[in-house]
Amino acid sequence: MKQLTALCENFGSAICMLARSARHINTLPRQFPRFIEQCYLIGYTTLPIVTILSFFIGSVLALQSGYSMQNFGAKQFIGTLVGLSMCRELGPVMVAILVTGRAGSAITAELASMNVYQEIDALMTMNIPPERILVLPRLAAVLVMMPVLAIIANLCGWYGGAIVCQYTAFISVDTQSYFAALKRYMEFNDILDGLLKAEIFGFVIVTICCYIGLSVKGGPREIGASVTRAIVVSLIFILVLDYFVTKALL
Amino acid sequence: MSAANTTTPLAGKTVGISISHLTKQFNNVTVLHDVSFDVHPGEIFCLMGPSGSGKTVLLKHIVGLETPTSGSVRIGEYDAADPETRAKVHLAFVFQAGALFNSLSVYDNLALYPREHRLGSEVSIRERVMYALQILSLEKAAGKMPSELSGGMKKRVAIARALVMEPQLFLYDEPTAELDPVMGATISEIIGTLREHTAVTSLVVTHDRSLALSIADRVAIIMDGRIRAVGVPDDFKHTTDPAIANFLNPVVDIKNPRFKQLENANE
Ligand SMILES: Nc1ncnc2c1ncn2[C@@H]1O[C@H](COP(=O)(O)OP(=O)(O)OP(=O)(O)O)[C@@H](O)[C@H]1O
Ligand SMILES: [Mg+2]
Repeated sequence: MKQLTALCENFGSAICMLARSARHINTLPRQFPRFIEQCYLIGYTTLPIVTILSFFIGSVLALQSGYSMQNFGAKQFIGTLVGLSMCRELGPVMVAILVTGRAGSAITAELASMNVYQEIDALMTMNIPPERILVLPRLAAVLVMMPVLAIIANLCGWYGGAIVCQYTAFISVDTQSYFAALKRYMEFNDILDGLLKAEIFGFVIVTICCYIGLSVKGGPREIGASVTRAIVVSLIFILVLDYFVTKALL
Repeated sequence: MSAANTTTPLAGKTVGISISHLTKQFNNVTVLHDVSFDVHPGEIFCLMGPSGSGKTVLLKHIVGLETPTSGSVRIGEYDAADPETRAKVHLAFVFQAGALFNSLSVYDNLALYPREHRLGSEVSIRERVMYALQILSLEKAAGKMPSELSGGMKKRVAIARALVMEPQLFLYDEPTAELDPVMGATISEIIGTLREHTAVTSLVVTHDRSLALSIADRVAIIMDGRIRAVGVPDDFKHTTDPAIANFLNPVVDIKNPRFKQLENANE
């Protein structure tokens, strides 16, 4: 019961933080340099790992489906399977997980240490709301970067699948028919659904990571603990939300 | 003096602080017991007391970082615990530990406030920042990061950052604690000069007896979370209260029985 009230309380406080951030949305244009910095930190630094991992996820997906589909003679549908799974599910979820690990942890660590070393207090006495300069640029940046990362993840995954199909002896579907299959059953909406998912995950990750970082109390040891908590909570939210969002979008 | 104040109801006015029956508990430990005193508009008020007596906690109530368990703290006509108050009264707080923004250079630390509150063009902000750095002999440190500074330099940057804010209410937590005597004197000059030329009220928390007795209009002594005495500096030069006398003029006694163990340590 106590945990339940704590959960509701945290949920409410996080919403309040979002509301306070939204109140300063008109300051976003003059925070452009901060926004760019955050785009760099959230998007650019996550990019290499997103490309590598999505490439291999696409590859292994093609490999596994090639293996199981050869028995039904359904190899020509590998492109469809990889294409749809990547853009509807694996792309956005993987990007979300990587952004949590790479950028979310950094956000929580930074805000928590600012909190522990009284920098947040200093901002408050200066009448500069922390939400305005710390939360808002990060939210804006993640909303811009998530779709970009998701599109890149999709492309890498598709190409990873294509290469595997072409060069694996027991599959040997050439690239052209792979992409033809990929296109045939995919609609533009499938891609949009995936991007919307990525957008929702990004928003949730940054909200959670900022909130946990800003609500740290105590000494430096709490910084590490808060980062762990932020990652765990974000991952739970991503996977649980994933189910409901998918259900709503189908 | 500044465009900053034009937006506030208290523009250019001096504000006072009035603390009445303030009690603060942390986890049922009472840190401040029924503290009451007033700081008059425009004066320099020094708060002195032994380490751990609750000075920082008291200051945090004034800037709104702590909320009273009971009693009230008012700045001018506003409640200090209300976040809106900080939009109405310009206050600057020099944290005991400096509280610099570690991810910003010294220059950007000082420029953050005027930039965020849009107090003029980048050129005029630059002027203002460089002037404050110059007063505290920090011109050479402008491009450095806080991690590259010494303890005393951090404290000076914190004071410079507060100067740039051109506040109505200036709160210093141990401004001279880590500084050499020359810098200490500079700080007293700054506090004095600000009072001469601007509509500022200063509340200085310090252990530094000579600083307090030389610059203060009034002095309060806090011990164990209780105000022990409030008065003009002259009252304290010939005080009859033994606790205060001992705090202001501690007697060094190397034969103190408390240290018996240390004496025998090498035997
Ligand atoms: N957040 C807190 N939680 C619990 N206790 C606290 C907290 N902040 C301060 N205290 C306690 O309040 C008392 C007064 O602390 P405070 O920091 O005000 O002392 P101080 O007078 O500023 O001392 P110093 O001169 O050493 O800075 C101390 O006993 C301290 O342990
Ligand atoms: Mg203190």
